[in-house]
Amino acid sequence: MDMKVAKKKLGLKEKYRLMTRDLGWEPSYRTKDEVFPYVKYEGIKVHDWDKWEDPFRLTMDAYWKYQAEKERKFYAIIDAHAQNNGHLNITDGRYLSALKVFLQAISPGEYAAHKGFSRVGREFPGVGTQVACQMQAIDEIRHAQTQIHALSNYNKYYNGFHAFADARDRMWYNTVARSFFDDAMSAGPFEFMIAIGFSFEYVLTNLLFVPFMSGAAYNGDMATVTFGFSAQSDEARHMTLGLECIKFMLEQDPDNLPIVQGWLDKWFWRGFRVLGLVSTMMDYMLPKRVMSWREAWEIYGVENGGALFKDLARYGIRPPKGWDDAEKSIDHMSHQFMLGLYQWSFGTSLHSWIPSDEDMDWLSAKYPTTFDKYYRPRWDHIRKLAAEGKQFKNFGLAKLCQTCQLPVVFTEPDDPTMSCHRETSYKGEKYHFCSDGCQHVFENEPEKYVQAWLPMPALFREFEGDVGAWMDWVSLRDGQDNGDYVGSIDQRNFEQWRGLATSNT
Amino acid sequence: MSTVFIALQANEETRPIIEAIEIDNPNAVVNRQPAMVKIDAPNRLVIRKETIEEQIGRSFDLQELHINLITLGGNVSEDDDSLTLSWAE
Repeated sequence: MDMKVAKKKLGLKEKYRLMTRDLGWEPSYRTKDEVFPYVKYEGIKVHDWDKWEDPFRLTMDAYWKYQAEKERKFYAIIDAHAQNNGHLNITDGRYLSALKVFLQAISPGEYAAHKGFSRVGREFPGVGTQVACQMQAIDEIRHAQTQIHALSNYNKYYNGFHAFADARDRMWYNTVARSFFDDAMSAGPFEFMIAIGFSFEYVLTNLLFVPFMSGAAYNGDMATVTFGFSAQSDEARHMTLGLECIKFMLEQDPDNLPIVQGWLDKWFWRGFRVLGLVSTMMDYMLPKRVMSWREAWEIYGVENGGALFKDLARYGIRPPKGWDDAEKSIDHMSHQFMLGLYQWSFGTSLHSWIPSDEDMDWLSAKYPTTFDKYYRPRWDHIRKLAAEGKQFKNFGLAKLCQTCQLPVVFTEPDDPTMSCHRETSYKGEKYHFCSDGCQHVFENEPEKYVQAWLPMPALFREFEGDVGAWMDWVSLRDGQDNGDYVGSIDQRNFEQWRGLATSNT
Repeated sequence: MSTVFIALQANEETRPIIEAIEIDNPNAVVNRQPAMVKIDAPNRLVIRKETIEEQIGRSFDLQELHINLITLGGNVSEDDDSLTLSWAE
């Protein structure tokens, strides 16, 4: 009689070798350079692709199994949200603005990252790298889809969600994120990995997803916390891939160090500017706040980013060039950006508002050295005007930074009373910047950034300054999607429906 | 000295995993935040399969961690029996 012998299960390392490395082959009728034409022009030298290893050693079979489970969990909650009037369980209708920023600026970025990883997965010769990039490409499209799907439940009831793709491409406060991803996708494969895999995933997504999603939970938004954490469960793998990529480049050849350092300097600053949106979501748009932007920066920027750069010092890496300027702006950026959104609120597909007394007290407690001194007086003035029936509006068009594309709304790192503005002349044209960081990025690659499409000049070039025609073009419905939250349709509906949900009259 | 950390969703599946991490890492500090738990440790944190299995009373594949993982900080090293996070000393 045959004895049934349990098949010995493969160990993690053996399984990874068989199901990753073992899938590769040597090309025989074309040279490697012909098959992988983009891998050398950036100057990164690689001697042994097999040294690239995924520390999690995740193989495709396990990947599908765990991703399927994440999806089942996600849809169970999304269904419950839709079936139980989840859109009325949020703390306040103001919170919706944070979701609109997310859908307009961030979700399309997930889709861009999907396209980018599909491409670099093809362009890298190493099998370990190819498999990891393939998984990340699938993750990123899953994130874009689950986010759009979850937020479509809000689109049924509220304004500002319906045309997120147009808003992403054309809206002045979103092109900061669009230009970040366009810049990364038009770079070479190694630079793309630093831009997305390292700067965005490792240094920045913690600040975007973790405290903000915890905030979504705190504000009763089960849909968002679910897609957020479902996405973030993949991010841990992405961060690890980004860190692995940077160590791999640095270990392969000492000549790679200056190239990698230059990319870190560039992409830290590019990412930091995208965080301008996030700081505002955290400090102003969450009715119930878990922590301030400053507190989140202390944990995920100073403590974790600091630990990371200390760790990489063994390879000769130093903290990114803009690090000190970033630190100096932490206590200012959310206030400056919210003031920007408010004064141009006729041109935003979301609502902004004047913070209440309670909100302002919270802000002064969290920003004791800056809020009362520089920002409360401005809000008080704006509130006084509003009480007189004169909403403070800035009908002048903001000057945009040629690199990050944000309006030049920030102040000098060492003087918060002085607006920060830099300019460079290149081939007879003058270009404007919001900061030294953005000016340096431009000056290193001027031919790239002179081609940038900027949203404000488009208003004049395409529509001769006709704001109404511009609103149609960005799919902004005047009087519905834009303006102050107080008196908006969103406010009226949220309060009325919530009243119906909690009473019988 | 730098801090390594791991953050997990706060749910029934992670409760025993967090207990196992506390057993294996007496220096770890557990921070409970809305919907998530963040565990910090000086320089090094180890997650052991065996300790988790003792807590949950069934066999556990360490890769199951991916389902409820939110984020981490530190260099990752994983084999069949443990997952370690560390920063270079």
